[in-house]
Amino acid sequence: MTTAIQPSEPTSRPVPPASVPTAADAAIALSIQGATKSFTRDSPSLLGRLRGKRAKRVAAVDDVSLAVPRGEIFGVLGSNGSDKSTLLRLISTLLLPDAAAISVFGLDVVTQDMAVRRLINRVSVDAAFFKKLSPWENLVYEARLYGLPARPARARSIEILEQLGIKRSRIDEPLENMSCGMQQKIAIARAFLTSPVLMLPDEPTTGLDPRSKKDVQEFILGIRQKHDATILLTTHNMVEADRLCDRLAIIDSGRIVALDTPAALKERNRAAGGDGSLEDVFMTFTGRSLEDGDYDEDEDEEQGKEAP
Amino acid sequence: MAVVVQEVRATYAFVERNINLVRRYWGWEIAFLVYSCAHALVVGFIGAAMGQIGGQPVQSNAVVLYLLIGSLVWSYLATTFDAIAEMISWERWEGTIEYTFMAPVSRLTHMVGQVIFAASYGIVRTGIILVILQHFFELDLSEANVLAAGAVLAIASIGFVGLGIMVSTLPLLFTERGMQMVFVTQSCILLVSGVYYPIEVTPGWMQFFGTISPATYALVGVRRALLEGQSLAQMVDVLIPLFIIGVLTIPIGLVVFGFAERYAKRAGLLKRSG
Repeated sequence: MTTAIQPSEPTSRPVPPASVPTAADAAIALSIQGATKSFTRDSPSLLGRLRGKRAKRVAAVDDVSLAVPRGEIFGVLGSNGSDKSTLLRLISTLLLPDAAAISVFGLDVVTQDMAVRRLINRVSVDAAFFKKLSPWENLVYEARLYGLPARPARARSIEILEQLGIKRSRIDEPLENMSCGMQQKIAIARAFLTSPVLMLPDEPTTGLDPRSKKDVQEFILGIRQKHDATILLTTHNMVEADRLCDRLAIIDSGRIVALDTPAALKERNRAAGGDGSLEDVFMTFTGRSLEDGDYDEDEDEEQGKEAP
Repeated sequence: MAVVVQEVRATYAFVERNINLVRRYWGWEIAFLVYSCAHALVVGFIGAAMGQIGGQPVQSNAVVLYLLIGSLVWSYLATTFDAIAEMISWERWEGTIEYTFMAPVSRLTHMVGQVIFAASYGIVRTGIILVILQHFFELDLSEANVLAAGAVLAIASIGFVGLGIMVSTLPLLFTERGMQMVFVTQSCILLVSGVYYPIEVTPGWMQFFGTISPATYALVGVRRALLEGQSLAQMVDVLIPLFIIGVLTIPIGLVVFGFAERYAKRAGLLKRSG
């Protein structure tokens, strides 16, 4: 039986600078026009360069355009290696695009990056924490970075963690003693602690048991309902995509190959002779299954594996 | 006012996080402290044995004090330098680097928080070593101008902070090799700065590098204050270069870090490693 999760009002929000528009000012939470990002791969050695070998440029995000209205849960569905996370890094100011106009509530992510950062937060697929520290020590660090005072942040942290099924008594023990699933829930709590108006969960339920998955999905739905948050999430879980997302973009080799509501995508698939499942939709548009994704180093990191 | 409060909280976030890390890694802290104490004691005993080793009478107390000042000043400067230079490596290793760079915190606030922690940590650590040394050696500081020595060290810290900021770009740019480069840089500063000897005994080309190291002036200044009791007014020749190095290295460090951060974001280098 799943615990009903009802996110409550935040006790404290980061103070927005004067230049940051309120959510009410913008109907479009996220706008991406022609986003392109490529990386250098297989860089040759000095000797190789002298022999005329050149580094290979690989397009990770290839001319992606989309607009996410305020309050929508927008899903990016792709296989391993489809560079879903690269797209999220571009939005979250961690990568500079080769070409693009990306704005969050009308603020450009390159030229107004500091203002954008006040509005967003991200949950990466690997729960990245100071593992020797406790959840609370990690959460208070995050809270202070966003200008939140410690006392209300602690109350809010406990509130969120309890909603996610983590007991109050565990908040002060080292994270390294906790399971991957618990760490992932704390990562979700960290992101929501700062009350972002644009949330970027990157495969937020990967590695969670079925009940925890459901807890997190309920929490995301609740956050959208209660807090006027816009959510762009990446996933390769079809059930999750179908359940949570108002619209879905299927991404393959850095390009969007389909974009519509889950119901419309399934309807189109049925009309074309498919079985009407999202999996079949995905297969039809990409020509492969989710498990057939390309392996690459960046995606390796996204899967939470440590580099050698 | 709200913005100032926010920046102060963000600055404190780095200080508090580092204190928590020191607390949680207490075993390693004790291990490194024991090593530093043992190293300082070894250096002190070498000074005490100079007469016996050379077979000629030497002013043993002066030699011991000379060497111990080198050991303590280097302990403080190296600790401060490490804490700043390794700020990127720690986060890369822990996997939190993306979260820190995604937070609405200016790099200056980030650096200030790191520097406050580094200097405080360096002072506490060096203080503990000093207390331990006093139990082994009769340190005659009756002539010493301790306040002037502290002031020299404070001014020297500015230059070391600037160098630390510059060097911290190496782990940002070179995911695998960055920390190795930091280690080599620190070793070179130790070599050329006259920590345990006057730089005049080193080869001429090495002396040039000694003249641009803030540690050289810090060591000369602290020794003159503690061994000869000189005041700040008598050490203008030391303070001016220290001040110039500090004033130059911090803004240059911040600019260099800004370029490196931009390059890292373009090349996709802000990710976990280790």
